[in-house]
Amino acid sequence: MPRRARVPAAVLLIAPSLVVMTALFAWPLVVGVGQAFSGPDGATTAYVRRMLDDPYFWPAVRNTALLVVVLVPLQFAFALTMALLLRERPRFHGVHFFVWVLPLAVSDLAAGLVWLSVFADRGYLNSTLDHLGLDGYAWLSYQNTTSMFLTVVVAELWRSTSLVLVIVVAGLQGIPKDYDEAAAVFGASYWQRLRHVVLPQLRPSLQVALILRTILALETFAVAQALTGRNLPLLVGETYEWYNVLQNPNVASAIALVVLAVSMLAAVGYLRLLRDRTVTR
Amino acid sequence: MSRRRRWSRAAVQAACVAITLFMGVPLYLITLAALSSRESLNRFPLPLVPTDPSTETMSTFLRSTGVTGGFLNSLTVGLGTVVLALVVGVPAGYAVARYAFRGRDTYQLSLLLIRALPIVVLSVPLARVFLDTGLYDTTYAVMLIHTALALPTTVLITAAIFVGVPREHEEAAMIFGATAPQAFLRVVAPQALPGIAAAAMFAFMLSWNEVLGATVLTLNQRTLPAQVLTTLSDSPLAYRFAGGLALVLPAVVFIAVMRRYLLNMWGTTLR
Amino acid sequence: MTNRIKLHSGISRRGLLGLGLGVAAAPALSACGGVSTSGADGGEGAVNFLSTQFTQVEERQRFEKILGDRVTSQKVAFNPVDAPTFATTVKSQLDAGKVQLSLLGGLHGDLAPHKDRLTDLDDVLGSLGDRGFATDLTDLAKLSGGSTKYVPWMQATYVMAVNKKALQWLPSGADVQKLTYDQLLSWMTAARQANGNKPVFGFPAGPKGLYHRFFQGFLLPSFTGGQITTFRSRDAAVAWDYMKQLWAQTVPASTNYDSMQEPLQRGEVLVAWDHVARLRDAPGDKPDDWLMVPAPTGPRGLGYMLVVAGLAIPDGAPEADHAKDVIKALTTGDVQVDVLRQNAFFPVTNAQVPTDLPGAVSLEAAAVKAQQEAANAIVSLPPVGVGARDGEVGQVFKNTFKEICLDGKPVQGVLDAQAGQLNAILDELKVPCWRPDPDDTVCRAA
Repeated sequence: MPRRARVPAAVLLIAPSLVVMTALFAWPLVVGVGQAFSGPDGATTAYVRRMLDDPYFWPAVRNTALLVVVLVPLQFAFALTMALLLRERPRFHGVHFFVWVLPLAVSDLAAGLVWLSVFADRGYLNSTLDHLGLDGYAWLSYQNTTSMFLTVVVAELWRSTSLVLVIVVAGLQGIPKDYDEAAAVFGASYWQRLRHVVLPQLRPSLQVALILRTILALETFAVAQALTGRNLPLLVGETYEWYNVLQNPNVASAIALVVLAVSMLAAVGYLRLLRDRTVTR
Repeated sequence: MSRRRRWSRAAVQAACVAITLFMGVPLYLITLAALSSRESLNRFPLPLVPTDPSTETMSTFLRSTGVTGGFLNSLTVGLGTVVLALVVGVPAGYAVARYAFRGRDTYQLSLLLIRALPIVVLSVPLARVFLDTGLYDTTYAVMLIHTALALPTTVLITAAIFVGVPREHEEAAMIFGATAPQAFLRVVAPQALPGIAAAAMFAFMLSWNEVLGATVLTLNQRTLPAQVLTTLSDSPLAYRFAGGLALVLPAVVFIAVMRRYLLNMWGTTLR
Repeated sequence: MTNRIKLHSGISRRGLLGLGLGVAAAPALSACGGVSTSGADGGEGAVNFLSTQFTQVEERQRFEKILGDRVTSQKVAFNPVDAPTFATTVKSQLDAGKVQLSLLGGLHGDLAPHKDRLTDLDDVLGSLGDRGFATDLTDLAKLSGGSTKYVPWMQATYVMAVNKKALQWLPSGADVQKLTYDQLLSWMTAARQANGNKPVFGFPAGPKGLYHRFFQGFLLPSFTGGQITTFRSRDAAVAWDYMKQLWAQTVPASTNYDSMQEPLQRGEVLVAWDHVARLRDAPGDKPDDWLMVPAPTGPRGLGYMLVVAGLAIPDGAPEADHAKDVIKALTTGDVQVDVLRQNAFFPVTNAQVPTDLPGAVSLEAAAVKAQQEAANAIVSLPPVGVGARDGEVGQVFKNTFKEICLDGKPVQGVLDAQAGQLNAILDELKVPCWRPDPDDTVCRAA
């Protein structure tokens, strides 16, 4: 009886969001996405073929995939470490938390700027090395592909881990200490408690953070562009390039669809893999 | 035991300090660079301490056209986005958490679709929608777009938090005579406050820093990033630092206010 | 139990208070619907002026001052944006039929894609007979149509900036004001060797850098006499071989430089080629330490590129008449000279260039004059008639550079492949060539 009567309530609750989405996005989405397949003479795959033949496309796919695979696990490990450190309530934990969350306030354009000033040939990093009497290094040169990639990873780690941190901290707040303390009383080590008590209860938060963060990682480009220009092509960077510089919205839409497809695959994957066995508590 | 505890507490503090340095030094650098004279930014090696403080670039930037207007617009749009996103998103998050309705996964995926598609390809049709409805070049248009963009984070985060609040609390409250909305407001919402605060923070940050949508939808009533970041991209480095810092400061204030709601101050409870 | 509930309601009250403040504030603030950010309310007869020029914050302030001081008959809301935003804004307003812009200011390539929806300005141009526009410019202003679509606003070109410190390595017998490309290469090689193997030549090869204009307007015409038709001729292969050698003497960080002002100011680079507006601030306070010189000469002559900006009125503009007044005001001699003085963009009218220009601008003016008056000058234009595909055409040149100089692929192979790409674009457009190529046939790379 209660379940049957509640389904309409669920629909009522999600109705405003559905209205917002359809009113604002439905038509632009159809038009925007349709551009990938329709030219002046009707439906065509010419743009998709053009995209596949572009010399920057496959390097962009490779770089984006590499970036996501390297960055996301690193970020999660980092964010979890930070959240667990905070949980120990060290002295000044309020200040620490505040500073750790600050990169959220920084737009990605500003973040790109800051890290460019750090890694540029005459930037802060080389200045520090110079103060220490060491030689500088061309971190961002197109000739040093590894360091170029690593600088992007470091800058992105700095900029976007706060998102995961906030979600994990919010999730940790809801976990009662009692289970943890009970497990400790029964002799579980720190790592055992982490693995078997804390992490499972964090699962919903981690799932959300993972989905959001992967989708956003696939959209990285502003920081990478500031640091490396087009020397490290990335998928969304190519979208912008085709749309803005090359004024070709059709190929841009085609690339955007690739990004969308990969994001959706990842989201579905996460939803399946991290599904809570019980549907509601 | 106590020495081990002291050692481990020292290690924790050291780790915290190291991470704080990593997160904080770039912000220090941007403040330093924004408040230095232009000449000192051209030197090598760059000074790491404020040797040439000067508010020249900051004041030129702040006096340039539209900065105060842009600031007010961004504030309006940001706060409006937070309110709208919470009003629309929190109920939806509750529904996703509590009810196993058919199409729940599809609903979540379609929300994510909004963030997963680079908004640049939607810029012309989006502008068209607002031109047709007469909302073009108003803060309302930007508020609506930002709300839509903030929906995925709002719904998903609040859903994840609501999952963590046991149903039994609500049911207990209703047994004691509360109606469903009262049960929500007085029992569930306070426990979900960290999640709601997190969602509010993200909504404001997203709105505050969003450039593309705001640029495309407005002409004379720009938000601060739209006004400033597109024009600053061709400007000397010193101005870009000044602009970057000016954008960061209000967001920092917002975070300072909201973070309190993120960290519950009370101890946790017995279930 | 009661303690906990009290704490809960305490914090939720604070939370609600915060939310309440937000809810109260938002309608109060949004009652204004937004505060104007362009110095003039976009209503009641103000001319909405969208421009791709003067986006740089200081240039913008100086130009707004000129507008405020000189264009007194109407209020102008000046909105400089980058080229993509310009294109999107104009297109979406024209598509929707709800145009709010009254005046468009952009380069030839920015205005061309919209040529079918720009108001005819024959009457305005007719009334400006005394301004002395060059016929070349007014022909261009027809955007390959029958009537004038924009009024020339200002023009610019590209020169080289030289820090006098670099002169010590100049090969003997070379005149820095009349360099050849070979002399430039020997000079930069000597400079690099003397400088601890660190190059001193800079080049705007960043994502927003204008390096493709160097290939289109300077390198290729100087070596081959053409831009498109000679794309993969033997002379072009020689040109690209040269470029490869020059790149070896260039600061590698150039792939990150969008504009050369700052690298020059910082001393990362001592000699650089770039647009006059992007070199204006390089000398800073010390114009005596700097020289601005014309581009070098190649086997076929001194190729240089001319960039023209124009003022146009979109169809359906709300304040078309006021916009025409603004156009007339901006083409008066005084304003043209002001713009030159402040922002280093040169007049398109017969306004006399004064002799008391500020430091950097006077250096540039001398170089520009020398370039234009050189006996063996070959004037080039950016692609004409290609509309929105200018970016793709430029990308062909950028890709050629990347594959030859950065990736080290064999020159002729790259030229053949890229010529194929170029022809694929041009064959769809079927437009006549533009200077320096002859304009009698449909353009394609031979």
